[in-house]
Amino acid sequence: MSQLPSIDIENDVAHDATRRSFLKNSLLLSGGLTIALQLPGCSKPEQAASGTGPRTGENFVEINAWLHIGYDSVVTFLCDRSEMGQGVYTALPTLIAEELGVEPSVIKIEFAPPGAPYVNSLLGVQATGGSTSVRDAWQKLRMAGAEARERLLTAAAKTLNTKPGLCRVLNNGVAFGDKVVLFGQIVDAAAALPKPVNVELKPSRDFKYLGKELQRFDTAAKVDGSAQFGIDVRLPGMLYAALAQSPVLGGTVKSFQADKAKAMPGVREVLQTASGVVVVADGWWQAKQARDALVVQWDAGANAKLSNATISAGLKFAAGTAISVRREGDIDAALKAPKARVDAIYELPLLAHATLEPQNCTVEFRADGCHVYAPTQVQGLAQAAAAKAAGLPEAQVHVHTTFLGGGYGRRLETDFIGAAVEAAKVVKKPVKLLWTREDDMTHDYYRPPARDTVTGAFGNDDRLNAFKLTLVGPSITSRWAPAVVANGALDPFAVEAAQNFPYNVPNLQIDYLQQEIGINVGYWRSVSHALNCFVVEGFIDELAVDAREDPYKFRRNLLWKHKEPRWQNALDFAARKAGWGEAPKGHFQGIALMSGYDTYMAQVFEISVVSNKIKIHRIVCAVDCGQMVNPSIVTAQAEGSIIFGLSAALFGEINIEGGQVKERNFDSYRSLRINETPPIEVHLMSSDDKPGGMGEPAVALVAPALCNAIHAATGRRLRSLPILKQGFTI
Amino acid sequence: MITLTVNGQVHEVDVAPDTPLLWVLRDYVGLTGTKFGCGQALCGACTVHMDGQPIRACSTPVSVVGGHKIMTIEGLSPDRSHPVQKAWMEIDVPQCGYCQSGQIMAAAALLAKNPNPKDQDIDAAMAGNLCRCGTYPRIRKAIHHAVKLMGGGN
Repeated sequence: MSQLPSIDIENDVAHDATRRSFLKNSLLLSGGLTIALQLPGCSKPEQAASGTGPRTGENFVEINAWLHIGYDSVVTFLCDRSEMGQGVYTALPTLIAEELGVEPSVIKIEFAPPGAPYVNSLLGVQATGGSTSVRDAWQKLRMAGAEARERLLTAAAKTLNTKPGLCRVLNNGVAFGDKVVLFGQIVDAAAALPKPVNVELKPSRDFKYLGKELQRFDTAAKVDGSAQFGIDVRLPGMLYAALAQSPVLGGTVKSFQADKAKAMPGVREVLQTASGVVVVADGWWQAKQARDALVVQWDAGANAKLSNATISAGLKFAAGTAISVRREGDIDAALKAPKARVDAIYELPLLAHATLEPQNCTVEFRADGCHVYAPTQVQGLAQAAAAKAAGLPEAQVHVHTTFLGGGYGRRLETDFIGAAVEAAKVVKKPVKLLWTREDDMTHDYYRPPARDTVTGAFGNDDRLNAFKLTLVGPSITSRWAPAVVANGALDPFAVEAAQNFPYNVPNLQIDYLQQEIGINVGYWRSVSHALNCFVVEGFIDELAVDAREDPYKFRRNLLWKHKEPRWQNALDFAARKAGWGEAPKGHFQGIALMSGYDTYMAQVFEISVVSNKIKIHRIVCAVDCGQMVNPSIVTAQAEGSIIFGLSAALFGEINIEGGQVKERNFDSYRSLRINETPPIEVHLMSSDDKPGGMGEPAVALVAPALCNAIHAATGRRLRSLPILKQGFTI
Repeated sequence: MITLTVNGQVHEVDVAPDTPLLWVLRDYVGLTGTKFGCGQALCGACTVHMDGQPIRACSTPVSVVGGHKIMTIEGLSPDRSHPVQKAWMEIDVPQCGYCQSGQIMAAAALLAKNPNPKDQDIDAAMAGNLCRCGTYPRIRKAIHHAVKLMGGGN
């Protein structure tokens, strides 16, 4: 999402039904595409009803959708984004606390249920993804905190017989001079007040917590084993389940023989579900052993002969109609008789998400409906999936979000929910269904492959005169939110880091050609940024080499007229911090530049290569992500994203044969280890711009920056990944 | 019935002897801090101590555990006061956190054996523990920090 919708959310609050209805009906993605109201379980009227209106529990009062205050004066924040490592569990309550006036660390945090107020304004559904959490919350949650503050001050002033402006908020009450009323004493009155008007947000110079390196609020629970991930849910009387899925992707159960499995110790039930055959047992190991003893006849379906070769051929000979992404000047004329011309094809393999916590879901049917405990990035979609499997209305499905043991986009899917619901319904007890690592690796929604053709041409003045890029690959959005790409509309999540091509080339043509590959592809951390940054930044490097220019200066020259100076600033900052051009003898540098998620970023890799063995000496990452909630988390996200990107660039590939995934575990699908991790320097640029996303962008620059360095070191241009498949070692 | 000692407490569990220790800890003893990542001793998420040595609980049959002392993340300290836990908090290591029980148990075993590890020692001791979020730079920093908290280092 390179271009954000210009939605004014300054005044949006939970109980403002008119405002919400406006948002619901006008959510825009880049390219002016409406995504709202087109997904199940996200924006339906009954949900809007269930998630709104002041609510009073036994011990608390709802001040707004995100804040509950107890009669014990404890403030609870309902965290409406999933914590999967990126830090929302810390960043979002910090936003609210800054305006509310309490210390962020005193706020109790719970994960929010599905509900209309929690729809992500940048995505149109209740989803944690697209590096949107802080960008979406920046105004919304600060305003929620400010309005709550005004309510509490007004209610307290009445009690204390003074003016709100003379009172101040404490951690558990409101003070006027040395007199204090506790939140618990005024919370009913505060909630009953009319919606505060003309509420002003603090100017950034007054921030007490925002922009500071507060420690994460989830760290304590993550160092003593008490953090509850999906896999850790334990309910009284709970049984455990394992699932047999078709080895061929998309296959279905023809028949199965379960006599042996049923006779195994602890086995309670074997049932066929929409996802495959489920074994329910007293313990998970028993369920898994019995699952392995099942004899299932599968109908392989359409993918029986699918392979790397058929997928590659499909992309190579794709014959559909390309959709225009960018068109400037006259590309055909410019390519007719260029002084020099460079052509290349860039290819990328399928990749797995490989969250360390395998997919799992725990379900219990109770009197009030179906309770789903899941590590999910999409509460509304999870609710819809469970409702479908349970045969219940969505209002009777209660989704409880746990911590996520990694997300990276994998848990934007809900394929791990239905079978658990079906099993719990049959055995009439709580059931925790857990996939094995092999199940997880071989039944992912893989990152799309790509096969992109690209051409550059120089004019008689030796300047870059033409750039033509055709991106070819499957569209995730055509499955995930088909309405977005209806009537030939462009999938905005297929053209990131290409649509915003920053370089000044008079004749520019970028097209996207959708070519489906027979299996489901999914959003994978940084999505098409990682696909398209590889070809754009790799090929710009090729053009610099062809022009016999320094790759950094070549880029810089092509940016000089850009109306957004942040591109060049990030490039310059990275080059300066990396000592561009000053690497020690035998060391070589590669650079890449990208903007995504409203963040501007450049990376420089410094490497040496001896006998095809690559040693990465240093990675420098310059980050301009606008205003930061927590620079420590920003740095951690950049470091982690670079490591995630390195795993993919060096090792990552999912290979298909006979419709089956060959990689099954971390031996064949390698992931970077601590001894393989090079020194990483993250340099944060100070900025007053609106916040940019940081969960993903740094992933995308790794492969091009590293491959550009490899070219500098060896003269070999890598146009396909992974690097270790191209004759190199580390 | 199989008898095992976990965090100083004796447990009797009715499981098949080839059941991996991991599932006994998680599903029968009820200690879920130890995680399942791969089932093949490839990722280290299930790392616990057996008589002080780090082992992969996912690939250790419970039958071999009898008579040995098992320690899980829950037993490392009652109050997050182990130097590794303190260092982890001060450096703010975890992201998603799923691998961190295993990372911390591996680091604690390293420091018990080698109170002032060099970077190569850290590489050797920690290479079996995957972190998909990429917290390695902070893990390394936190291990060095834990050395200081223990009063060691240079």
